[in-house]
Amino acid sequence: MSWFTRKDKGIQTPTEAKREAPDGLWYQCPSCKKAIHTREHRVFAFTCSNCNYHEKIGSQEYFELLFDETKYTELDPMMGSGDPLEFTDTKKYVDRIKSTEYKTGLKDAVRTAVGNMNGLPLTISAMDFSFIGGSMGSVVGEKIARGIDYSLKHKQPFLMISRSGGARMMEAGFSLMQMAKTSAKLALLAEAGIPYISLLTDPTTGGVTASYAMLGDFNISEPGALIGFAGPRVIKETIGKDLPKGFQSAEFVLEHGFLDFIVDRKDLKDKLTSLLQMLQ
Amino acid sequence: MKTLLEFEKPIAELEDKLIEMRKLAIENNVDVTEAVKSLTEKILELKQETFSNLTRWQRVQLSRHPDRPYTLDYIEKICSEFIEIHGDRSVADDKAMVGGFGNIDDEFSVMFIGQQKGRNTKQRQYRNFGMPNPEGYRKALRLMKMAEKFNKPVVCLIDTPGAFPGLEAEERGQGEAIARNIRDMFMLKVPVICIIIGEGASGGALGIAVGDKVLMMENTWYSVISPESCSSILWRSWNYKEQAAEALKLTANDMLSNGLIDGIIPEPLGGAHLDHDGAAKTLKEVIKRELTALNKVNPQVRILDRIEKFSKMGVVQE
Ligand SMILES: [Zn+2]
Repeated sequence: MSWFTRKDKGIQTPTEAKREAPDGLWYQCPSCKKAIHTREHRVFAFTCSNCNYHEKIGSQEYFELLFDETKYTELDPMMGSGDPLEFTDTKKYVDRIKSTEYKTGLKDAVRTAVGNMNGLPLTISAMDFSFIGGSMGSVVGEKIARGIDYSLKHKQPFLMISRSGGARMMEAGFSLMQMAKTSAKLALLAEAGIPYISLLTDPTTGGVTASYAMLGDFNISEPGALIGFAGPRVIKETIGKDLPKGFQSAEFVLEHGFLDFIVDRKDLKDKLTSLLQMLQ
Repeated sequence: MKTLLEFEKPIAELEDKLIEMRKLAIENNVDVTEAVKSLTEKILELKQETFSNLTRWQRVQLSRHPDRPYTLDYIEKICSEFIEIHGDRSVADDKAMVGGFGNIDDEFSVMFIGQQKGRNTKQRQYRNFGMPNPEGYRKALRLMKMAEKFNKPVVCLIDTPGAFPGLEAEERGQGEAIARNIRDMFMLKVPVICIIIGEGASGGALGIAVGDKVLMMENTWYSVISPESCSSILWRSWNYKEQAAEALKLTANDMLSNGLIDGIIPEPLGGAHLDHDGAAKTLKEVIKRELTALNKVNPQVRILDRIEKFSKMGVVQE
């Protein structure tokens, strides 16, 4: 049950709130409960200085952590969702989009930016879990596809930072085909011999795991991240018993041979730089 | 025992009546030609009316009809000879995913691949309800690459309620297996035809459904999630499956009008389960026609067309 608890705790502390917090406030680590100054927490790349819990952060934080002097250019910043199926469940999809845009200040669940990382040109697509659970609809697929196109055109490495519950049901068939679209582009990137690093962060599940997130030349993760195809609840229902401790954690996935390495977020920029330099 | 869906019952009742009428006529030596003719017409009318007004949920029910032809049924009826090939050369032979070389009219040697469901309780378990494990997807990819090596086309028949969500499936990388298939299918140098013959559930279907032609049989569904699971997540109850099916727009007509598939294969009136031979005959003709057309295209052009087709899917605002 430990990872269930861990997951719930993460959800209770949305990054947005902390980012907006004025300097001088305290961040309480949801894992060890230690109070940490927000400035210190930021210096530690939003990891706990006591227990190393990696807070769930979004595209903005990753761009600032990885791009030199936090200088970068965002691609397709205004792209937003359509509603091709005029989908309605308990709520209209268009209304869900509007209220989520208002709540998060984001246009959809992924942002793509280009810039330099320790002087190396790099394209990064980073997902935002706060936007409908980081679910993959047409915008997510299209923005990632265009990010890969940019890397192909400029012959620069592509870094995908996934954090997603999987498909966006409200786009049904269109959502499913984003798995195909992004994988098609990655096939072209692979053929061109351009490095693709996939960073899977907490959580990465469903159709995202079953497409671009698992297709890196390097599939890497942060400590403790939940990574899987089926969600833990579904598996539990299927097998009819509790799941073993640590099941579907990054460490578990590494042990089973599906990750290349786990990297502490504080070392992410330097380690990625070293890796890409070796490939040059 | 024939399984009858709710909307099939009025038709079946009339059909029983027709048989009864003819039996009585023979026993009592009376002429019922006129009555038989009119009842037969009435049955046809009712069938046509019922099947041209099916709801999306009723299509889902038909796609899962227990008498419906499955992958190996079609292969057996389409091929003069079929040699099944087993195993992923790594872990196991997944019984939920079958494949092998088959001959069509001595004109084509084809690599057939598809999910396989079972018809009775024992077979269903043996086939894991048509839910492949990672080794199933890896077996499929192995067969596709073998087809490519010998320059033979690939035909995938899709019929799955989803990739298996089990513990070992996760340990052996279900997500990675499906992802690799999707990516590598784009680069296959041989023609690839993918046909949804029953259920096309999410990544478990897409893992063998990237092709030059993606077709759906008339009474099938293809989407990112099943109506039941969609209902349970979005409505937080299992009771909204009909509404979920409507919202998901998961039928062949929906998928075609949204540009997400390339065509629809008609089924015999009343559904493929009523006429396996008829359904297989149409399927065979379509496969032959599509292969003949695809064989004329340069392999590199085929690959680029395939990539471009899927790259255009999606609706965004900018
Ligand atoms: Zn801590």
